[in-house]
Amino acid sequence: METYYDPADLAAFGDIGKAAPGLAAKFFDYYGAVFAEGALSEREKALIALAVAHAVQCPYCIDAYTTACLEKGSNLEEMTEALHVTNAIRGGASLVHGVQMRKIAEKMSL
Amino acid sequence: MDPSRFSDTLRRHGLELTRGATTTLQVNVGLACDLACRHCHLEAGPGRAETMGHETVEAVIACAGRFSFAAIDITGGAPELLPRLPHLIGSLAPLTPKLIVRTNLAVLMRPASAALPELYREHGVALTASLPAANAAQTTAQRGEGVWETSIAALRRLNGLGYGVAGSGLELDLVANPTGAFLPAPQGQMEKKFRQDLERHHAVSFNHLYTFANVPLGRFRAWLERSGNLAAYMARLEGSFNPCTLPGLMCRSLISVNWDGSLFDCDFNLAAGLYHGGRRQHIAELAELPPAGTPIPVGDHCFACAAGSGFT
Repeated sequence: METYYDPADLAAFGDIGKAAPGLAAKFFDYYGAVFAEGALSEREKALIALAVAHAVQCPYCIDAYTTACLEKGSNLEEMTEALHVTNAIRGGASLVHGVQMRKIAEKMSL
Repeated sequence: MDPSRFSDTLRRHGLELTRGATTTLQVNVGLACDLACRHCHLEAGPGRAETMGHETVEAVIACAGRFSFAAIDITGGAPELLPRLPHLIGSLAPLTPKLIVRTNLAVLMRPASAALPELYREHGVALTASLPAANAAQTTAQRGEGVWETSIAALRRLNGLGYGVAGSGLELDLVANPTGAFLPAPQGQMEKKFRQDLERHHAVSFNHLYTFANVPLGRFRAWLERSGNLAAYMARLEGSFNPCTLPGLMCRSLISVNWDGSLFDCDFNLAAGLYHGGRRQHIAELAELPPAGTPIPVGDHCFACAAGSGFT
């Protein structure tokens, strides 16, 4: 069945540079530099990327950073904990807006 | 994947895979093993009875005396299951500056192996131990139930004898293969993580960690096929081909002898049945070491050794 997301399309990410090569080159250079070993290790950066991939719910990114996390030496326990960080922030972001709800409700209520 | 793809890749890069100077003798004493690890390229396990016989053991010792090897590397299966292992170690140790025994660790905790760690220490044997991960879940997934616990117990026992302890001169290296159809983590980063996790949580120390890609042969290949991972894994290996790995590949400097005495350029060609020199030859017939420039038979499994930082 045809779908919008085909795993094979991930390998064609570089083709985005065919129309605007200068911008793509800047982006991919920057992208490579971001994920290089620095104050954070490549493994830690891959875990952050995995967590963000779930926050933005990008199937390509989830595929790529699940593989990257395993290949950087993370295990499923660590990767699952990273996802719970995503979940806590996403859930917390909803819940903390309850402060607005409460302020408005309190203002309108006797 | 077509078996000639690795040859094609070499040709495209203008490269040839040929032998250099032979410095290491690898001795595969057989397929008997107490474990049946899911990534084993040799399909070794408790059901395998193939082990090196007396005549071949003596032919190996004679070969080690005839030539000068910088290292002799005993592997299997589980070498500890070879009844003649103490004789082999005692005979080979004086003939080489470095005698290595590869161990799955768990086998050392069997009562029948009780005396082996002291024997290793007595002869200054360097140990190379398999441990895929510094956690129970991944180790269990690759090596079976209970193996994590016995491996940690064995590492503690070896540390107690001085193995892997700074200043002891007793070398204990770890080898980690990925626990699935993905490439290994960079060695330096992984060594740091293993050291941190094993020291902090298990009070275990070691000298070096080596990470290697799983080779698509034997039980691992069967799993790749069954799980639908073969094509993607082979593409991943091929896509990670690094021509810079070629000069340092172990098949260039190692001669591998199988339990039946036949000769190969490496343990993976042994598993694939690709004989050294393209024909079956017994170690007793080895009159001289292979000259530099001798071609090395290759197959698609060779992509595993030439991926990323390589398998040396």
